[in-house]
Amino acid sequence: MHDLIVIGGGPAGLAAALSAWENGIRDIVIVERDKELGGILNQCIHNGFGLHYFKEELTGPEYASRFIDMLNDTSVKVKLDTMVLELTPDKELHIVSSASGYEILKAKAVILAMGCRERTRGAIGIPGTRPSGIFTAGAAQRYVNMEGYLVGKKVVILGSGDIGLIMARRLTLEGAEVLACVEIMPYPGGLTRNIVQCLQDFNIPLYLSHTITKIHGSPRVEGVTIAKVDGQRKPVPGTEQYLECDTVLLSVGLIPENELSRKAGIEIDRRTGGPVVYENLETSVEGIFACGNVVHVHDLVDYVTNESLKAGKSAAEYILNFNDPTGNSVSPEHSDISDIRLVNGVGVSYTVPQLIRIPKNLMVNSSLSISDPDIELSDQLQDVEVFFRVNRKFGRSRIGVSLAGNELARFRRERLAPGEMEKIRLPKSLLMKCLQLGLSEIEIYAVDEMTGQASADNANETKITAVSQDSARRIQIIRQDR
Amino acid sequence: MTELICIVCPRGCHLQVDPENGCRVRGNQCPRGETYGRDELINPTRMITSTVRIKGAMYPRCPVKTSAPIPKHLISEAMKALDGITLNAPVKCGQVVVENVCGTGVSFITTRDMQQL
Ligand SMILES: Cc1cc2nc3c(=O)[nH]c(=O)nc-3n(C[C@H](O)[C@H](O)[C@H](O)COP(=O)(O)OP(=O)(O)OC[C@H]3O[C@@H](n4cnc5c(N)ncnc54)[C@H](O)[C@@H]3O)c2cc1C
Ligand code: SF4
Repeated sequence: MHDLIVIGGGPAGLAAALSAWENGIRDIVIVERDKELGGILNQCIHNGFGLHYFKEELTGPEYASRFIDMLNDTSVKVKLDTMVLELTPDKELHIVSSASGYEILKAKAVILAMGCRERTRGAIGIPGTRPSGIFTAGAAQRYVNMEGYLVGKKVVILGSGDIGLIMARRLTLEGAEVLACVEIMPYPGGLTRNIVQCLQDFNIPLYLSHTITKIHGSPRVEGVTIAKVDGQRKPVPGTEQYLECDTVLLSVGLIPENELSRKAGIEIDRRTGGPVVYENLETSVEGIFACGNVVHVHDLVDYVTNESLKAGKSAAEYILNFNDPTGNSVSPEHSDISDIRLVNGVGVSYTVPQLIRIPKNLMVNSSLSISDPDIELSDQLQDVEVFFRVNRKFGRSRIGVSLAGNELARFRRERLAPGEMEKIRLPKSLLMKCLQLGLSEIEIYAVDEMTGQASADNANETKITAVSQDSARRIQIIRQDR
Repeated sequence: MTELICIVCPRGCHLQVDPENGCRVRGNQCPRGETYGRDELINPTRMITSTVRIKGAMYPRCPVKTSAPIPKHLISEAMKALDGITLNAPVKCGQVVVENVCGTGVSFITTRDMQQL
């Protein structure tokens, strides 16, 4: 039996393994199905990685090699060209490779770091022929940047996710003509910086609220019909235009890769498509942790790294506890734990983590020490970083955190967009308050301060007005910006 | 007043640059945005990343980048400097591929190690 097996050798798996190593675990195996480590970063040859973590701007391969180099200084074992076929709840892994055939490994703890795959859904619903010349943007990226094939000469991109935007620039630089990027939503899916430096720099038009209604050509793509869509995302008759092209790239989003997790009986969050995780990145199955794009789609690898370092540390704590023959629990038994669920309120589409575990003995103490919980709890309870996305564009706004309808913390933002992952830090005093009040839910929502509405399409929410009442119970916790 | 979006980091601050007032920059959340805003009006530059052919490695392409940003109007000319270049594995990350691209003093360098097969 191994101490730790990490599934996936992308940035998430690399950072998780390194962090477990740094926290004292020595018997670690990374299982990676590709023929090298680095995951998706190997094909992301553009720069823009590592500004937060390394404080310099690196390309994908450079970012990956920093971690691969660090890993080479450890005795972490790496199995390349090896696919994990199945994971069981008792942490048995069925793996297969051409080098050693079929094997079963067992571990005390497992970290899921399988990343995500590209959606192809956008293509399936499009009427017309089924010619060659239709690629997902990521597949095209791999062809162009690693295998050395130019996928086409006249290209239309469906969707404005980051990969599509990056590929618009990449193909232009390689001499292809990118005619348009067509996005069904009224806002772009990718980062603003990519709109600027990948589309605007090269005068590539971005059609918002548009979609491809028909693909023409056989056996190869010869053109597409695009049309404007209405508020219900239905094509508006009479707005069709024909674009002659030989290639269509799909950049319609990513889905966490969770077949293994599902089979292992891990609870999956429908909103993220990834496992439900606690603040320490443990899933609903004890000893199985998850990090990176398998949990939720990150737009920045730096956040993947931070999350994964935390997952590695948590797994290490779990293993050290497991190894302790005296049974002296480092972490308390589940029955002594209270779960707080983070609920996404108006304007917020999901949160990660979904659950926060708090030892119950804190609760007992807490009822005695309402006066100044911070001092007493400082080392037993920690602030919790929460990642989330909003479900529409916001101007100047605030992110509110409420307990039973009372807004206890707020975070200002100049603007919010679904394409950009947001992060707030829930102060432990707030978690403490939650325990004191005997509540098991914390709600996070976004409010547009300009319109005063929680959501343009959902203005009848009442959560916000509750704030002004009941001010006796209300504690002002923070006024924090990024 | 020129409205720009800072592209230095993924935060994408909305900048207002005033060409009259010595290109004073507002809306930046860090000093890099100020530099970017001013340069973008006076002399816009970009990093270029691309690939070159490589023989004897696991893949037929090796990724490269400019060692520093180069003027935006030189992008397509700089890309031409990469045509016809073939590396031989092994290469080390950071190895110079083309020196002094378009007279800018900036080089194209490799961005990964590639072992010989
Ligand atoms: C095109 C693109 C552009 C991006 N641009 C930027 C950017 O400019 N700046 C930035 O900061 N971030 C960027 N990102 C985001 C960043 O690259 C990702 O968030 C990050 O790579 C996710 O890391 P990961 O380890 O979770 O997943 P991945 O990198 O996808 O790694 C998952 C690994 O798991 C392996 N695996 C999966 N299933 C199995 C299995 N069953 N058995 C064995 N192995 C398995 C896969 O082969 C893969 O190597 C970009 C992402 C993409 C796709
Ligand atoms: S101003 Fe600073 S924080 Fe804002 S986008 Fe530019 S580099 Fe990033």
